[in-house]
Amino acid sequence: MPERTATIASRSGLHARPAALFAEAAGEQQVEVTIAMQGEPADDALDAASILSLMTLGAAKGDVVVLRAEGDGADAALDALVKLLETDLDAE
Amino acid sequence: MQNFQGVGVSPGRIIGSVRQMPKPVSEPPSGDRLAADVSPEDAVAGLKAAAQAVHDELKGRADTASGDGKAVLEATALMAKDTMLLKSASKLINAGSSAERAIWEAGASVSEMLHNLGGYMAERATDVLDVRARIVAELRGVPAPGIPSSDTPFILVAEDLAPADTATLNPAVVQALVTSGGGPQSHTAIIARSLGLPAVVAAHGVDDIADGTEVFVDGAAGFVAVSPTDEHRAAATAWAETSATLAEFDGNGTTADGHLVPLLANVGGAKDAVAAAALGAQGVGLFRTEFCFLERDTEPSVDEQAAAYKAVFDAFPGKKVVLRTLDAGADKPLPFLTDATEPNPALGVRGYRTDFTTPGVLERQLEAIARAASESEADVWVMAPMISTAAEAGRFASLCAAAGIQTPGVMVEVPSAALTAATVLREVGFASLGTNDLTQYAMAADRQLGPLAELNTPWQPAVLRLVQLTVEGAEQESSGREGAAKPVGVCGEAAADPALAVVLTGLGVTTLSMTARSLAAVGTVLKTVTLEQARELATLALSAPSATEARDWVRAKLPVLEELGL
Repeated sequence: MPERTATIASRSGLHARPAALFAEAAGEQQVEVTIAMQGEPADDALDAASILSLMTLGAAKGDVVVLRAEGDGADAALDALVKLLETDLDAE
Repeated sequence: MQNFQGVGVSPGRIIGSVRQMPKPVSEPPSGDRLAADVSPEDAVAGLKAAAQAVHDELKGRADTASGDGKAVLEATALMAKDTMLLKSASKLINAGSSAERAIWEAGASVSEMLHNLGGYMAERATDVLDVRARIVAELRGVPAPGIPSSDTPFILVAEDLAPADTATLNPAVVQALVTSGGGPQSHTAIIARSLGLPAVVAAHGVDDIADGTEVFVDGAAGFVAVSPTDEHRAAATAWAETSATLAEFDGNGTTADGHLVPLLANVGGAKDAVAAAALGAQGVGLFRTEFCFLERDTEPSVDEQAAAYKAVFDAFPGKKVVLRTLDAGADKPLPFLTDATEPNPALGVRGYRTDFTTPGVLERQLEAIARAASESEADVWVMAPMISTAAEAGRFASLCAAAGIQTPGVMVEVPSAALTAATVLREVGFASLGTNDLTQYAMAADRQLGPLAELNTPWQPAVLRLVQLTVEGAEQESSGREGAAKPVGVCGEAAADPALAVVLTGLGVTTLSMTARSLAAVGTVLKTVTLEQARELATLALSAPSATEARDWVRAKLPVLEELGL
């Protein structure tokens, strides 16, 4: 299954506005994308389009997360989402 | 014609159409099962449709909002159709639960999870509960909880408003506030005064006024009339004209004969301070520092505090800014200072007393204040809330001195401090009367309780007598030493009532601090009386057998109030 790692760049972590922007973007993808902290088993991965899951994940600035997706367009979707995570969304 | 009499808490006369605040959504009974003729598939589909509708409504509001409000609404909208929330509700539905009960329980467990994570996440726990209530309302086909959203202006009628309602109250649409509960010191009153909206509280029976009914509201007289008369229409028109002139304060608080009573503003942060300066405030009489940190569950750093304080000081270069150290506890809990499980928080570890249980926070705050003061041009005074004894005042003064703060003072809110004002003031440089808490403690009446509204007014002669005792204490302290008596100001809601402001001036109070919106009205009325007249009115109020008579007698001698609709 295609996967990517990304380092959280937003100052407030994956909370608040960055979480909302990311969840919305994940929901717009053609494939289902999951998110987990690096080192966590893939079975425990959460739905990346769920803002509440993102909040419970509690990823802070500098934490590394793993995104996974399967199916047509999975690579493109993952690339787009990694880019979002590695942007400081609080600064925008 | 049907009339309702309540307590007027914010002046203004207006005619408008009523919108009732929907009742809070009740919990679906535990164990509520899916109806026999509804399949789980249909129930899940119904839930998803309701969630989508709530999402669309919130998203629509987010699109027209701006700033922080927009971000919160956007996040809340996403929660409404969140897959984690809906999946766990769907599971419960498939196990036989009704859709309402399923979303109720799913929301509760997600909310608890966020709460346990603490910090920012814990703050969002209430948003999940709000979304849950909206979805249940949608499923039931009843109006969503909270302040109704509307494009046309209306008069909001509610049981009472909570501090959280302020965020969603749009003053461009809400013309006036009327509540059946609450008291003169309730959150509704505070919100109304800060927004400059006419408001009447504790008006029994207004819950039964139908939506769309045209009413006349007089926020000074505390009066609400269904089917307004021609007189009411004329009064509303006249108010529309006078209120424009009452919007401007010339920045010079004085009586008719030139006795100066600086009129200061109560602020909660830099935004308030800038707005207050623009409205002509002669300084800040109460900077509620806890308002900078209400959403925090950890102590803010000294750097962070210094930056927040300096931002307020910078709005008043060369002017006085009286800062109150963190006043946590009771209705303003700060998780890093207060114990939420106290059985009697109003009488608990709050205000200055949090230094007994959490030492160090106060000293670090004083360090931040001293640093911010040294980097600004404001004349910074610092006072401690909830001081009860001279020993506490003395200890606070020595902490201030150690931090390099020149002018330490105390809030007089506990009756014991008023009764021993002479010895308390020997320790510090000034006192400021917090009439809201002073009233609540003198009358032993909870500020938030509607049934006690009549007790809970600073017009109570007992409260006025405590004000007088504090001023007398200051004079007594000054006898036998050089220099004038130490200043005694008022920074409670009482100062925002123009009639009471005159009485307080007559009692010898040196400054009045209030919500900035009230400066112009208080300044206008103060200029119509001499100091001697103010003293006579103070004597009159003190001699009244009840709060109602004290207020009526004083108002009868101040015809300018009726002329201006105040």
